[in-house]
Amino acid sequence: MEKNSPNASSDKDAPVSDGVPAPEGPANLIDTDYVIGQDNVTTRRFGLDVDLHGKVFTISSLLILFFVFLTLALQDQVEPIFNAIFAFLTGNMSWFFLLAANIFVLLAVVLIFTPMGKIRIGGAHATPDFSYLGWFAMLFAAGMGIGLMFYGVSEPLTHFGTAIGGTSMEDGVRTDWAPLGAAAGDQDGAMSLAMAATIFHWGLHPWGIYAVVALALALFSFNKGLPLTMRSVFYPILGERIWGWPGHVIDILAVFATLFGLATSLGLGASQASAGLAYLFDIPNNDVTMVLLIVGISAVALLSVLAGVDKGVQRLSQLNMVLAFLLLAFVIAVGPTMAIATGFFKNLGAYLVDLPALSMPFGREDANFSQGWTAFYWAWWISWSPFVGMFIARVSRGRSVREFLIAVLLVPSLVSVLWMTAFGGTAIDQVITDNFQGVKDAALELQLFTMLGQLPLTSITSFVGIVLVMVFFVTSSDSGSLVIDSITAGGKVDAPKPQRMFWAIIEGVIAIALLLGGGLTALQTAVITTGLPFTLVLLVACYAIIKGLLSEPKG
Amino acid sequence: MFKKIMVPVDLAHKELLKPSLDLAADIAKLYQADTCYISVTANTPGALAKTPEEYAQKLEAFAKEQGQLHGQVVSSKVITSPDPVADMDDAIIQAIHDTNADLVIMTTHLPRRLDIVMPSTGGKVASHTDVSVFLVRHSD
Repeated sequence: MEKNSPNASSDKDAPVSDGVPAPEGPANLIDTDYVIGQDNVTTRRFGLDVDLHGKVFTISSLLILFFVFLTLALQDQVEPIFNAIFAFLTGNMSWFFLLAANIFVLLAVVLIFTPMGKIRIGGAHATPDFSYLGWFAMLFAAGMGIGLMFYGVSEPLTHFGTAIGGTSMEDGVRTDWAPLGAAAGDQDGAMSLAMAATIFHWGLHPWGIYAVVALALALFSFNKGLPLTMRSVFYPILGERIWGWPGHVIDILAVFATLFGLATSLGLGASQASAGLAYLFDIPNNDVTMVLLIVGISAVALLSVLAGVDKGVQRLSQLNMVLAFLLLAFVIAVGPTMAIATGFFKNLGAYLVDLPALSMPFGREDANFSQGWTAFYWAWWISWSPFVGMFIARVSRGRSVREFLIAVLLVPSLVSVLWMTAFGGTAIDQVITDNFQGVKDAALELQLFTMLGQLPLTSITSFVGIVLVMVFFVTSSDSGSLVIDSITAGGKVDAPKPQRMFWAIIEGVIAIALLLGGGLTALQTAVITTGLPFTLVLLVACYAIIKGLLSEPKG
Repeated sequence: MFKKIMVPVDLAHKELLKPSLDLAADIAKLYQADTCYISVTANTPGALAKTPEEYAQKLEAFAKEQGQLHGQVVSSKVITSPDPVADMDDAIIQAIHDTNADLVIMTTHLPRRLDIVMPSTGGKVASHTDVSVFLVRHSD
């Protein structure tokens, strides 16, 4: 572990010589008069120190309260509104999401191979704060850990079902949900199409989205000297205006998306984990169990944010990586090992072959799939990107751009391919070879456990599965609280501890309120609609990355 | 009695540090001890400095200023961390070892109820090192 990097330490035991030392830091910091924290309110109330960005903290807190109240009080009224906005976005704007996501992936891939890949985040002499293993574990846990647990089995299986079912038309419009041209009655074709489509949603594109946000933030913070908040990405376009309202709005939107994204997925996740517990251990699946789960997860997250990035988030992420790896190795070993081994390369090949067709923004015949699945996923990943991107940026100082992109884009994509091949492939194999329909018929949150139920040592693997789900929630919750805390503190990462505790607690409280009062799905829909404004933010981030990298010193 | 004094400082709160700085200067003079001023700071841009290097320069200048007051040998050391609030205690304990200090003089706040959840840095450092630690209360 390389914490407390010695790069910047200047342990000079010799007497300090006369004269002011010459500047040795990167010479191309952005020249601004803005002092980080100058808009902050620092005070002490009830024995607690406070250091907050007045406007961002106050308005986002009020906005969050308002939305919680709105959804609780007027649930039946707001839900159709959110749904209508969302249907409009995925229906009419799907081309925009698909096109934008392609741009992000292209930029990220191209940068790996350009000389700009050599530029180091934090300046030429910066050294990494975390080991490769710790770094990668955190990237993965923040990025999609929890999703892989829920969709690793169900998504390949769903696409397999629709693909093999073939296409159906009504009034010249496709009514089926199959990807591309389907593979009617063709088992092998349907399987490879299903895997390609799933990997497409969990591969280069989501990670390209995260990579763009994270790289833009990291560059403008560590190399250009701007605060670590979303607004800094807009500096190349808005200049000094980012310190005013345009910047406040961007940051408030990021807090909104992050907090509600976390709270709603914590609430929905608790109901899924509760169903899993009921299935496995006959624990009653009711509100009490769910509330206890949220309280438990929030409590561990609270301890973790107090322990900090290094001793809290990193350790939990590493624990999770080990558990996830054991589960993966187990499924590969006792599942259809050969099929998974060959499947990995077959699926990777199928993904690359189908990639151009799947990512085509225009003239799609498979509207249900490209709008209902792909555009939905893209909006979802993008609405998560401020949170995941900021967290990735924070832990990536000292990596070169090339190293960063390989670790954030290529490696996780390959892990997704392997994960989907093992979990989805095993489930499809159970359907094809053993004619076992159980997984297909099971509820979404139980599909993983039903699949594991067909393999040996069920009680152990299912228990590991449940623990993984819960720890992934903890790592999302704690890293999310750290991100929200630094945005609402005007980009400071050293704001007093009670503030990060506040956000970790609020997240759990909102999850419980919405779980009991209803409205989790409605609000989650509202969060995903923030994908649209953030797509614009990300396009700006692309421009900012290029501009920022070009202005870095050569050599 | 003491050969090397380590003084953890936060340049953002210079005004609170005065008692501990004065004490460090007196003891340095008395025992003709070297003094090392250390800071644990974020690796992200902050109010005082946009890069850890810039912070290091400021701390070096600060150490020199202090040296002129007490006339002993001074040095400075900046420890950067992705999460300084959480890593502070361990970073200071590590720095005692790295700087070979035999006395730590640091400012600490008055005991308060919150200490049960978040122990004060000074208290934590004192209970995790075998060198002498002098905790100086600041008034607030």
